[in-house]
Amino acid sequence: MTAATSAATELRAEQDRGRKAAQNREKWAQSRTYISAVVILFWCLAPAYWMVVTAFRDVGYTYDTSILPTHITLDNFRTAFDTSFGNHFGQALLNSLFIGSVVTVVSLVIGVFAAYALARLNFKFKYLVLGFILGASMFPGVALITPLFQLFTNIGWMGTYQALIIPNISFVLPLTVYTMTSFFREMPWELEESARVDGCTQGQAFRKVIMPLAAPAIFTTAILAFISSWNEFLIASQLSSDATQPVTVAIASFAGAQPNQIPYTAIMAAGTIVTIPLVILVLVFQRKIVAGLTAGAVK
Amino acid sequence: MATEVGPTSVKAPASGGAPIHHAPKGVGEDNRIATQGRWAAWLLAPTILALSVVIVYPIITAIVMSFQKDAGLDPATGLFVEGGPAGFSNYYNWIFQQCPAPSGGTVDCPPGTLGAQFWSATGTTFFFTIVTVALETVLGFWMAVIMARAFRGRSLVRAAVLVPWAIPTAVTAKLWLFIFAFEGIGNKLFNTTVLWTGSEWPARWAVIIADVWKTTPFMALLILAGLQMIPAEVYEAAKVDGASAWQRFRMITLPLVKPALMVAILFRTLDALRMFDLPYILTGGANNTTTLSILVINQIRQGFNAAAALSTITFIIIFLVAFIFVRFLGANVVEQQTGAGKGKK
Repeated sequence: MTAATSAATELRAEQDRGRKAAQNREKWAQSRTYISAVVILFWCLAPAYWMVVTAFRDVGYTYDTSILPTHITLDNFRTAFDTSFGNHFGQALLNSLFIGSVVTVVSLVIGVFAAYALARLNFKFKYLVLGFILGASMFPGVALITPLFQLFTNIGWMGTYQALIIPNISFVLPLTVYTMTSFFREMPWELEESARVDGCTQGQAFRKVIMPLAAPAIFTTAILAFISSWNEFLIASQLSSDATQPVTVAIASFAGAQPNQIPYTAIMAAGTIVTIPLVILVLVFQRKIVAGLTAGAVK
Repeated sequence: MATEVGPTSVKAPASGGAPIHHAPKGVGEDNRIATQGRWAAWLLAPTILALSVVIVYPIITAIVMSFQKDAGLDPATGLFVEGGPAGFSNYYNWIFQQCPAPSGGTVDCPPGTLGAQFWSATGTTFFFTIVTVALETVLGFWMAVIMARAFRGRSLVRAAVLVPWAIPTAVTAKLWLFIFAFEGIGNKLFNTTVLWTGSEWPARWAVIIADVWKTTPFMALLILAGLQMIPAEVYEAAKVDGASAWQRFRMITLPLVKPALMVAILFRTLDALRMFDLPYILTGGANNTTTLSILVINQIRQGFNAAAALSTITFIIIFLVAFIFVRFLGANVVEQQTGAGKGKK
């Protein structure tokens, strides 16, 4: 063997070792990613899992800490809807649905025009308007509640639906406007021009080209608007009555048979009912919702 | 597209900014903007009007109310006193924690009354804000970095983080109340026997943990959106130049993700400063978990006008924090907002 070939062999071995080390590093990095992913999954899902497990657990075993479902029963769901302890969960579900729908529709109908103007038109004070709308969404609810409390007391609106719907619009409308603004800005508006060139009228271009493109954006915004109205608690906790209270208030004040014992299993059942539709909605439209969330950048 | 990061992309007209209403031939740019301006005014009018009714009007009312005396029984004479102009006395009473004295004038509010809680509530609010936002930023950044990597099951993780976000805060509060119950899974899992909602620090940590659980996903998704705007070539180039992982993170990731990160922190901070649902349901504001929002709500039924003064103070505090963020820390929400739609994909 000459010196040259042995040097070459050594070099190849060296390279091999280098490649192996790199592969190992890669593998190690990959497994670290997986470990992290599992930790994230556990952190996000474990509490939610515990809610569902408790919801199906017999009330006598409320504090059973076995991880798997045990003593499975549907009684808690019946208890959740039971009105004999002064709970109005069924009514509250309908109330939340009603309030959320009205708030969403009103905000979308009003907001879509503003979003169009902000996304597509050039005008003075554009940034001022955008700043005003963003500022409005960051507004603390307590700053509204005091004057509204007095106003609604004076005009006899306490505990009415309109007393809950109007303040909700104050934070859902800004969210609607700037989520839709960001969506509209990303839309390929050139297509409208092209459709016109190809012989569409303005109306046709809008109906056949723009509407189908804008529909997903509007739909996603509607989901986000509905969720934020559905989750509202502060204003409803002060301005609603037993007859008009939304689910968040109903769950927060859920009473059991014994006054000093919190009926956790029934509350978890109610919580599961309230949460499952949202979670399904969110998982089905995951991509769109994440886009809407990060565009609007709001909780 | 992907290279447009942060404020630089902003001053350019929005990508959809092509005028829809063509001005007549020979008419200049000014005229076109004027035409669009008229259109914009009409389109924006309903929103501005609605927001004026639901926000601006209540705020002005609240400020007017805050300068009025609360009508009520005079503690000295037991007679009903009319309201009337109060000057700054409502504000003065909150800030110096003064209550009306039986002999006229004011004295320090006795401990336990609402009037004596202003500074502790302010402290609690800022404590919650700083701790939760700090934890959420660190955890959210970590989650975002993981979610930005390519691995099998990534979409599962991205879906899972939306679960805490989707659960209503009222439900979250009850859920964590149950987890932190004395015989609950929390104590069992960590082999502790803490009465979580029974004393100051456990109660505070219970609120913080529940809040971090609920809102970290939002933070993570915002940061992830920021991370995805950074083109991969930049990392490749840095790798070729021999930058270590830590250097790449400090010199590339942090500065490029900063605009998105600042906006995320700003939003979360403003949100945490008005925190209400979680402590209100989880601890009822007991054991020094009363935030400013809870104090306002407790005050409403004892006097509108004093509550209005306190809510105005809360509003001013939040406004000042937002101002500091935008002015000194460079969180440009409006510019980020207008730029975000273009850079992201």
